Amino acid sequence: MSSIKPRVKVPKEVSIDEIVEIKTLIRHPMHSGRMKDPEGQTIPRQIINSFSAKFNGKEVFQMDLEPSISTNPYIVFQYKVKESGKFDFEWLDDNGEKYSISKEMIVS
Amino acid sequence: MKLRKLKKISRRNALQLIAVFTGTAVFPSISFAQSNQALDRINEITNGLGATESDIWLDLPEIAENGNQVKVSFEMDSPMTETDHIKTVYILADGNPSPNVAKFSFTPEMGSCSATTRMRLSKTQNVYLLAANNNEQYFMTYAKVKVTIGGCGG
Repeated sequence: MSSIKPRVKVPKEVSIDEIVEIKTLIRHPMHSGRMKDPEGQTIPRQIINSFSAKFNGKEVFQMDLEPSISTNPYIVFQYKVKESGKFDFEWLDDNGEKYSISKEMIVS
Repeated sequence: MKLRKLKKISRRNALQLIAVFTGTAVFPSISFAQSNQALDRINEITNGLGATESDIWLDLPEIAENGNQVKVSFEMDSPMTETDHIKTVYILADGNPSPNVAKFSFTPEMGSCSATTRMRLSKTQNVYLLAANNNEQYFMTYAKVKVTIGGCGG
């Protein structure tokens, strides 16, 4: 599953009380369980079913994804800066795999 | 003005009226069959209490050429404090095989209640947004999206 690579854009330098936008994208087919392959066989469901963002260890945002979410799930949310720290992002796959990435954010 | 008036009527009536306004004889019956799944889900989530229709900014294309990638954004006015914040936002679609699209869990740390994602729409339908605050009050809004080529697969 090396083809599944998350990408996240977090502003590097921010100021206190600023509301920053965090953009995330993960490459994933999001098989809804309804599509058919060229041979006419149904492709079994396999999607990213959960996404979460932690800041300095505390969960600040979580999202449950359903088969109605598009291929390569794109999620944007906002965060109000209080201090410098580290974001940990995690995606959970139906097959039990976890994909994660971390990003630093520094208050200047 | 007409829309504002409609908002005061119950959802069912509003849909009925919209169906009448937009014409075609087939449309009303289909629209009713579809509407139920998202509205039923709203009933289920709110334990039958229903939701107040409110001013939520729900951004969806009026016409989606490709139902596989429909961008959906929303923003709600909320102080986002410990005592008053939006906790959960559901996106529901009434014409997809399943009404559930996504569930967002917000925390006061986020400072604003806003998010963006991309969804699949199998056909022309209404997309609903249901929000719950920390005091178990529910708010909702919806938008109609015309889909030219459906997503979700065959």
